[in-house]
Amino acid sequence: MLTVRRFLATLGPGTLWLGVFLIVPALVMLGYSFLTRTDLAQVGGPWTVENWERVFGYDALFQEWTADNLRVLWRSVWVAGLSTALCVLMGYPLAFYIARQGARRKNLLLILLIIPFWTNFLIRVYAWILILRPFDLVPSLTATLLGMVYAFVPFFVLPVYSSVEKIDWRLLEAAQDLGAPPLRAFMTAVFPQTLPGLIAGVLLTFIPALGTFVVSDILGGAKTALVGNLIQNQFGQAGDWPYGSALSFLLMGAVLLGLWAYARTAGHKGLEELV
Amino acid sequence: MDVFKSFRSPSGGETRVLDDIDLDIRRGEFFSLLGPSGCGKTTLLRILAGFEQPDAGQVIIGGQDMTGVPPHRRSVNTVFQSYALFPHLSVQDNVAFGLKMKGVPATQARHRVLQALDRVRIADFAARRPDQLSGGQRQRVALARAIVNEPQVLLLDEPLSALDLKLRKELQVELANLQESLGITFVFVTHDQEEALVMSDRMAVMNRGRVEQLGRAEDLYERPRTAFVANFLGSSNLIEGTVLGVDGIGATVQTVHGPLRTTHGHGLRTGQNVTLSVRPEKLRMERDDETEGNEIRATVDDIVYTGAENQYLLRAGGQQLVVFQLNADIGADEDFDYEEQVALYLPPDNLVVLEEA
Repeated sequence: MLTVRRFLATLGPGTLWLGVFLIVPALVMLGYSFLTRTDLAQVGGPWTVENWERVFGYDALFQEWTADNLRVLWRSVWVAGLSTALCVLMGYPLAFYIARQGARRKNLLLILLIIPFWTNFLIRVYAWILILRPFDLVPSLTATLLGMVYAFVPFFVLPVYSSVEKIDWRLLEAAQDLGAPPLRAFMTAVFPQTLPGLIAGVLLTFIPALGTFVVSDILGGAKTALVGNLIQNQFGQAGDWPYGSALSFLLMGAVLLGLWAYARTAGHKGLEELV
Repeated sequence: MDVFKSFRSPSGGETRVLDDIDLDIRRGEFFSLLGPSGCGKTTLLRILAGFEQPDAGQVIIGGQDMTGVPPHRRSVNTVFQSYALFPHLSVQDNVAFGLKMKGVPATQARHRVLQALDRVRIADFAARRPDQLSGGQRQRVALARAIVNEPQVLLLDEPLSALDLKLRKELQVELANLQESLGITFVFVTHDQEEALVMSDRMAVMNRGRVEQLGRAEDLYERPRTAFVANFLGSSNLIEGTVLGVDGIGATVQTVHGPLRTTHGHGLRTGQNVTLSVRPEKLRMERDDETEGNEIRATVDDIVYTGAENQYLLRAGGQQLVVFQLNADIGADEDFDYEEQVALYLPPDNLVVLEEA
């Protein structure tokens, strides 16, 4: 009796939180993905695997196959990858620039980085229409890409910034002292110290970018739909929740595959360091 | 080397951190820069390494003008106070880094790395990472990483200050031996006067950005030129007075304790105000009612037992004087009591005349 109670006590709020907000909803979604849509965008019986067949591009009788969904997923992956790469190119030097300022200027720059969050995200993305329209870029994939970089750059800069703050700059002097020219000294002494922040920043950028639908919806148009749009459409206009649920597991699968690949290359410690 | 350096303070004014430093460090010697924190010794070391540039003056290393040359092009290596080992590299790779930068072939480099690790007796830990080592072991790795490059000058920035006393003493001797066997010029920065005395061939005592005195350890200890050196390097009793007369073998100085003879009075003028300095261990206490030449009457105020010696605080002429007496025999009658009246002999050879501050 006592052990049961102790067991429950150690589970604590963390487990409760995970259970209520992650496990249970995921299970509900998993259940939905095996059900059928009914009228008025409701979900009901009978049980079926039809949604999963559609996810992978088959029709009900396995007679035809299309690569449409996989094509959308692939497009999402490389758009997310490219926007993450652009975030790295812009954000990595920016994080250094901010971290190396004096205390007052540093705070000012950090506030400037965060201030946009005070405005509604939708409004900010709509603002990009006004900015890009004169260049005849809306709707296009380029506009989507720009919007995504704009939206996610702060999520990349902040973890890198906190890594840069902790850098032991004496190592840079040690490398120079041992004969390393500036770039080489940076790569030996500084870059490895920023790696945890860099990886965290990449994940915080790449994962939301992979699932986004707001940016691509507003700036991208129908021809460049991403997997996020596809899912959103099922829960919205199309009203097909079971198919939407199955599609979102496709996205989740892609993310988990990416994390698994990362964990394989970085070793077991890698992911723990990030969290 | 002849260097000035100033830093701009936040309020807009300038603070001279180094002023008129003119040092000539000899090839192959163990040279110490000794001074309290903030005296500019570390800045001077950083100028030698190339991390900072002097505002005026020249840095010449091995006959070549190195002013303005970046650190990676100087044949100078530094052992940092914090060791600054690369945490993601093994001990071996840390030590090999400098050779790799120089483009030394891998096989030859490996041989030299092992030799350097052997030299500092840490070869068993070659495969470990810095975070798996103790402070003393890291210190050895930092040393190996620097000496493996066979620099013209090795700079050491308080490398022993983070270690405990016993280990520090061990490494002091080891460092001195290492320097002797390598023949590399060592420039050692420390605020620990004992460390400097134990290891250096010559040293410069620094204060407020200036060199107070430069010379061999014994010379600085036995003949300090200023009150700062007299008190920073060991401890001293300072006695002020006026010169009564100068003759061929020294001078007589009128003090609160009466006239005192010194053999160090060359160049003094009669009537001049001077400060005499005498080391606590050079004073001799006697149970004598009579006072003869250079003897003064004093009363024992306090006794501090430190094991190897007794430190007596004496009261004489309104001044406090310190005397160290070796604790040679247990219960010997040289042990004095509180409030005991003693005769204190100040040997004329050991009464050093200081320069005016």
